[in-house]
Amino acid sequence: MLSAIAAITLMALFFGLLLGYASIRFKVEGDPIADQIDKLLPQTQCGQCSFAGCRPYAEAMAAGEADINRCPPGGEATIQALADLLEVEVLALDEECGEEKPKTLAVIVEDRCIGCTLCIQACPVDAILGAAKQMHTVITEECTGCELCVPPCPVDCIDMIEVKQNPNTWRWPDPDHLDLKSGGES
Amino acid sequence: MTDKLSSFPGGLVLDGQKRRSTQTPIRQIPLSKKLILPLQQHIGEASAPIVEIGDRVLKGQKIARAEGHVSVYLHAPSSGVITAIDEQPIPHPSGLSALCITIETDGEDRWIEHKGSADFRQLTEHDIRHQIREAGIVGLGGAGFPSFIKLNPGVHHHIETLVLNGVECEPYITCDDMLMRERADGILDGIEIMIFALRVKHCIIAIEDNKAEAIAAVEAALSQRPKLQNTKVVAIPTRYPAGSEKQLIQVLTGKQVPSGGLPIDLSIVCHNVGTSYAIGRAINHGEPLISRIVTVTGTDVKHAGNFETLFGTPMDEVLAFCETKHQPGEPFILGGPMMGYNLSGVNLPVTKTANCILVGVDNAAPASKPLPCIRCGECATACPVSLLPQQLYWHARAKDLEKTQDYNLFDCIECGCCSYVCPSKIPLVHYFRFAKTEIMNQQQETLKADNARIRHDNRQQRQEAEKKEKEERQRQRKAALAATKAAKEKEAAEKANNPDNVENN
Repeated sequence: MLSAIAAITLMALFFGLLLGYASIRFKVEGDPIADQIDKLLPQTQCGQCSFAGCRPYAEAMAAGEADINRCPPGGEATIQALADLLEVEVLALDEECGEEKPKTLAVIVEDRCIGCTLCIQACPVDAILGAAKQMHTVITEECTGCELCVPPCPVDCIDMIEVKQNPNTWRWPDPDHLDLKSGGES
Repeated sequence: MTDKLSSFPGGLVLDGQKRRSTQTPIRQIPLSKKLILPLQQHIGEASAPIVEIGDRVLKGQKIARAEGHVSVYLHAPSSGVITAIDEQPIPHPSGLSALCITIETDGEDRWIEHKGSADFRQLTEHDIRHQIREAGIVGLGGAGFPSFIKLNPGVHHHIETLVLNGVECEPYITCDDMLMRERADGILDGIEIMIFALRVKHCIIAIEDNKAEAIAAVEAALSQRPKLQNTKVVAIPTRYPAGSEKQLIQVLTGKQVPSGGLPIDLSIVCHNVGTSYAIGRAINHGEPLISRIVTVTGTDVKHAGNFETLFGTPMDEVLAFCETKHQPGEPFILGGPMMGYNLSGVNLPVTKTANCILVGVDNAAPASKPLPCIRCGECATACPVSLLPQQLYWHARAKDLEKTQDYNLFDCIECGCCSYVCPSKIPLVHYFRFAKTEIMNQQQETLKADNARIRHDNRQQRQEAEKKEKEERQRQRKAALAATKAAKEKEAAEKANNPDNVENN
């Protein structure tokens, strides 16, 4: 009886120490769930989710403080992916945040630009190039279409242009959807 | 390389339907009033225009230059005036438009001054590749990959064998067949140049055994060339898709090109016979690639045959010349019945990769709704790459794209054997094409998102650093201010304490 209690106590002590050591030795920096969520977000950094970028939103979701339906640029596909990852119900996109729109890019109408640098300061991904009193221009490849540069512009010279499909970015349509539309022709 | 032929798994023996278009010699399509030249007629980056609207150009003059490495030049197929550089509908399954140069021809068809090399052996390999690139030559078998790249094995590879692909396994198409029958000598010119440029010892001209005339013509031409003693014609059994590069290599060598690899991994380079002919013309005669042979055939074509067609010629004009039942705007097939795609639209131009215009297929099954998969496994038996089309189909339908990649979706050559044998008429290849473009798009987006994340993080770090620096500067300034103030106070205090000292100084 006594030896059994002693043995169990010793074992409990040993494993307790082992776990305690492991939790220090193998401590994971950061929050891997937040990282995984962040990977699924489109990184537009637009703030439509009411957070200050994709990362803070991911962290809020990981902490269970935000719903998964607050990302309009990601749209349905992102909500689906988040629901799969977090094993929660798929929700409809929160209308407060905005609606899912086709992808756009910012284009500066260069004749009108006065070189105030306000848009440069607003761009979350440094995709606008220019200097004070010099014409600014958008680096198309880096623009995420977040629209954050539009409101600060005092002369309203930034247009959001829809990204057009070209033969290189074109995707074959889903045959299942074709069937629904054209009544079986494929 | 052994003389004994091997084979590939699966495949189909199809009714060739090639007689219809081989009854007449190659003819010329009359010069069109308008030539529309898409800037991207090859795999890689689109060429960049070097002419302006209103410029007068001569036949064979460069009108667009190669942009980036995987790109080639583009030439005016006839003399005339540039009337537009804008977006025009192009022959692409999407039906979308792309940037094109439009030439209004003047009917003179006047050549720019051009000259070939009297002896290409005086050139270096580099010069040859450069000239081939400047001549705008791309793989004419259908893929349109810039040929000069395939002639540059690099320092890490040694090429043993050059394979000339004259298999043309797809039903209906006969442009390579007719080219071999009529211009075998020109093809051999190209082979000599490629053997020289690649420094290979052996060359195999592979032709399907249903093309007896072509085999005879090429062999006859070959017997006149003592320099090509290590080149031989190999007749391979007629089985679709033996003309697919990787399957052809398997037939010839018994070896498989590794998944995700290239023939170069087996010390082989493969070129189409049409490409070889174009290379011969470019190096020996200085003629850039401005036309190709197009097969026009099908049940609705009155005068089926093969036609030397200038690039940019509207397909409607080609069809009108052959007297088809086709009305402008109605769909037709570009390519063969197995791998081609439906096109509909007016003024679609003939491009470098347009090998066949097919209007009306024999015994075409009426379009019907696909039935559910019954898991018969016929598709897996027919697949020449030993894939499991049925599994791929389930996963593609479920949009489980990761799983489709686990089942080697990207090894699919889209030959269409699986769709052809499917008793439920499921458009399997369509599902695979859909899944492939979806995956590629996702990869592109992930790349872009990662890039945006990095840029955003960098920006935040920079802003934080700037903020810290500013605070630091402020602190220092305050400290300095405080120090000077203290010093002044001290001085003042000292002055007050010993006024004599100060006066003495």
